[in-house]
Amino acid sequence: MSVAAHLPALQVVLPLLAAPLTVLLRRPGLAYAVAVAASWCTLAIAAALAMQVAGSGVVSYAIGNWPAPIGIEYRVDALSSFMLLLVSGMASVVLPYARASIEREIPAPQHYLFYTMFLLCVAGLLGISITGDAFNIFVFLEISSLSTYVLIALGRDRRALVAAYQYLIMGTIGATFIVIGIGLLYLMTGTLNLADMGLRIGAVSGTRPVLAALAFLTVGVSLKLALFPLHHWLPNAYAYAPSAVSAFLAATATKVAVYVLLRFYFGVFGESQVFGRLPMAQMMLVLALAGMFVASTVAIFQTDLKRLFAYSSVSQIGYIILGLSYDSATGLTASIVHLFNHGITKGAVFLLLGIVVASVGGVTLLRVQGLGRLMPWTSAGIVLAGLSLIGVPGTAGFVTKWYLVLAALEKDQWWLAFLIVLSSLLSLVYVWRFVEAAYFREPRKDLVPARVPPSMALPAAVLVAAVIVFGLDTTYTVDPALRAAEMLLGRAR
Amino acid sequence: MTPELALTAALAVPLLGAALIALAGRAPRLRETATLATAAALLACVLTLLPAVLAGGRPEAVLFELLPGLQIAMRVEPLGMLFALIASGLWIVNSIYSIGYMRGNQELRQTRFYICFALALAATIGIAFAASLFTLFLFYEALTLVTYPLVTHHGSDAARRGGRVYLGLLLSTSTVFLLPALVFVWFLAGTTDFTPGGLLAGRLGHNELAALLAITVFGIGKAALMPFHRWLPAAMVAPTPVSALLHAVAVVKAGVFSVVKVIVYIFGIDNLATAGIGGAADWLIVVAGFTIVAASVVALSADNLKRRLAYSTVSQLAYIVMSAALLLPLSVIGAVLHIAAHAVGKITLFFAAGSIYTAAHKTEVSQLDGIGRRMPWTMGAFTIGALSMIGLPPAAGFVSKWYMLSGAMAAQHWLAVLVIVGSTLLNAAYFLPIVYRAFFVAPALDAHDQPHGEAPLPMVIALTLTAAATVLLFFMPEVPLALARQMLAGG
Repeated sequence: MSVAAHLPALQVVLPLLAAPLTVLLRRPGLAYAVAVAASWCTLAIAAALAMQVAGSGVVSYAIGNWPAPIGIEYRVDALSSFMLLLVSGMASVVLPYARASIEREIPAPQHYLFYTMFLLCVAGLLGISITGDAFNIFVFLEISSLSTYVLIALGRDRRALVAAYQYLIMGTIGATFIVIGIGLLYLMTGTLNLADMGLRIGAVSGTRPVLAALAFLTVGVSLKLALFPLHHWLPNAYAYAPSAVSAFLAATATKVAVYVLLRFYFGVFGESQVFGRLPMAQMMLVLALAGMFVASTVAIFQTDLKRLFAYSSVSQIGYIILGLSYDSATGLTASIVHLFNHGITKGAVFLLLGIVVASVGGVTLLRVQGLGRLMPWTSAGIVLAGLSLIGVPGTAGFVTKWYLVLAALEKDQWWLAFLIVLSSLLSLVYVWRFVEAAYFREPRKDLVPARVPPSMALPAAVLVAAVIVFGLDTTYTVDPALRAAEMLLGRAR
Repeated sequence: MTPELALTAALAVPLLGAALIALAGRAPRLRETATLATAAALLACVLTLLPAVLAGGRPEAVLFELLPGLQIAMRVEPLGMLFALIASGLWIVNSIYSIGYMRGNQELRQTRFYICFALALAATIGIAFAASLFTLFLFYEALTLVTYPLVTHHGSDAARRGGRVYLGLLLSTSTVFLLPALVFVWFLAGTTDFTPGGLLAGRLGHNELAALLAITVFGIGKAALMPFHRWLPAAMVAPTPVSALLHAVAVVKAGVFSVVKVIVYIFGIDNLATAGIGGAADWLIVVAGFTIVAASVVALSADNLKRRLAYSTVSQLAYIVMSAALLLPLSVIGAVLHIAAHAVGKITLFFAAGSIYTAAHKTEVSQLDGIGRRMPWTMGAFTIGALSMIGLPPAAGFVSKWYMLSGAMAAQHWLAVLVIVGSTLLNAAYFLPIVYRAFFVAPALDAHDQPHGEAPLPMVIALTLTAAATVLLFFMPEVPLALARQMLAGG
């Protein structure tokens, strides 16, 4: 068999093997080169797989040649290909940025370990997105989570340790719930293959263990994706982690958790069981709206920009869950496309904040006073990304808002359409806190911004450009998302 | 140059101009030359389009396809043609004026000022030539954002507060009302293209139509319909050239232009008129009529000259909305003419206010005693602008008011007639005393008063030009009239 046939395996194996390699090399420069090369290769593989999927539908790969229900199946369909591109794409942008960033934030002896953990995290997230096996999801979830705890703890602020610990506790509870849910499903269906599970669950649908599994999985995954009110670990984790880590996590980690939720809801339990029999839609709707409004309101009162945008993430996750709760093709499209749109937007924001940290030493509102004059390009970038968070037309965020409102109108729910646009006004308020600090205050006299190397500026510029490009041309975002949404719904029917 | 090329160029020229101005930022003369050259190039592009449009051509260009059926596309129709002509024509005059004003007052951050101005013009041209409500919305939001730095130009706390109201009101109305309306139009029709006769013709019942019209019209906050008019007086913290072009021409006219455009091309005049008893736009006449009178009353009591002008603008914009809502050909022609007439008249008034500020550092009406003797050109132009606002010959405002009043009478809508007549009296009551003070009251002896003459020459040239245009439009309203007739004929 040629290499092309093994692409699904390589997608995960490559970063997984590159991780120990960085430990063996130890020299930060070499480790950096390996990590960047590995991330670019994974992006190339993800692109190749996306083309295969576009051509032939689903790509299935049996690990070790053990066929599907017995062995572990890697299964790439429209949705997983979308996630693979997002994760590997973000890794390819963030890793080149990371070197200059961590030189300023992490002690030198730990640099190579940073790359190791980063690659493990990438491998874990890619694994979750590609595998077709329920227990394998759990394994990769643990790989990505454990490496994430370490990455957060690397932050130079000592509060990073507490943040990592907090996330460790919450994340472990979540993972435990997930594994209990998977165990119950295995008990009832006798299989771990997701597709197989989806077929067999019909016979036992509505039984108490299956409902218990649904409850455990929902709560467990919701912890990982920081659904309001299970989000308390997130603001601290994003605020105190090294900037490159904040950017990567904000763009991918919670998004992959949403992917897991989508897989289990639509691929395994089935739409009719989740939304037809149980009031899940109403529950999700309420939690999503609460998250959108409460988290945005909390964001308005933050003085640290990293925390501010972390709370903004919680509210944006509300949008994603809201789209899911509609249980319609348009709503799901909004959710899936927002995984990407919000990923690049928040990635851009945190990369830019990392530049600000490297340059003026912090991102409290006091410290960024007059930033518009000191660092015009960086400030403009944050404003542009902020406009996307608000959902101004011409930015990626607008595309999502359009579909969310459209989905609400399809269901004749005008009040919901108004709530969605109202909540986006709250983001206007918190983004404008930055604008007023950066453009209407005089810079502090003693502040001399340090120069930032192009290896940091360029990745950030790429993401900001992406925010605009994908706001104007949606061929590569909405179309795949629509296909993925139709696939999820079609399978359930 | 083919019309299609000219259309694309009209959008690209101000953007390129902004880049040139940025590059020339360190050399003030070069920067100002770049501004004037860009403005001239833009007017040339727009003028190239005029003969084609008058001959019935409708040049088109597609820029992006956002979603299937949701294109960012341009299409020149008569109303947009008129708006683009006004905006690009007055931009040149305004640039001349700005150079005098910005130098005379030694303003800071002039490069940013000229860049944002060019970007604002690009957005305005985008609004004027938008082929669909979606494209219009995109440029509408862009216009709000690029004018924000202009409004808050001084960077003071007052500017920041004014900017908050400006941005807050404009963005919240467009996001909360206009965006859902836009999505709903797309949901109903599968497209948002402006269609002669109305895109929604026959698609909705009376109540739904009235409701959708309500969220659309209130969503267009730039039209400054009460109760969403507060941003306009708040935006007066801006330097006067900004108030002049943006708040007499580009921004507010983008608002009323959008209102007329959705009424004509999305809802359809006949569709609104025949939907149920009384038409679905009746409530709008009442709201606009109230705005006309209420804003005039506020203007009457405002001592700050710019504030008085701002409320006069709120009132004059509501004329346009009210006349469009009367849904008769005569009144809609009146509305379209008034877009042009009010633009030239009000920009003259703002220019005059700015040159008084530059030459004499006076901002209040009560300080203007006898100023006409020292600044005859400025106050002469002010008088013409004031006549146009009141609607007296020989100023352009007379022509448009004639059509609007005839339209209201033809519709036998006595409330509208009453509002137009009554507010004419109010307009006279708050403009004529200024003219009287300036020319006939002896200057008060003031210890702080230093001798001054006219404002810098570029400013005087600019306000003389716009005053001349106001008179010219009275004698020769053919082009706007022809464009308005074409629009009604199913352009």
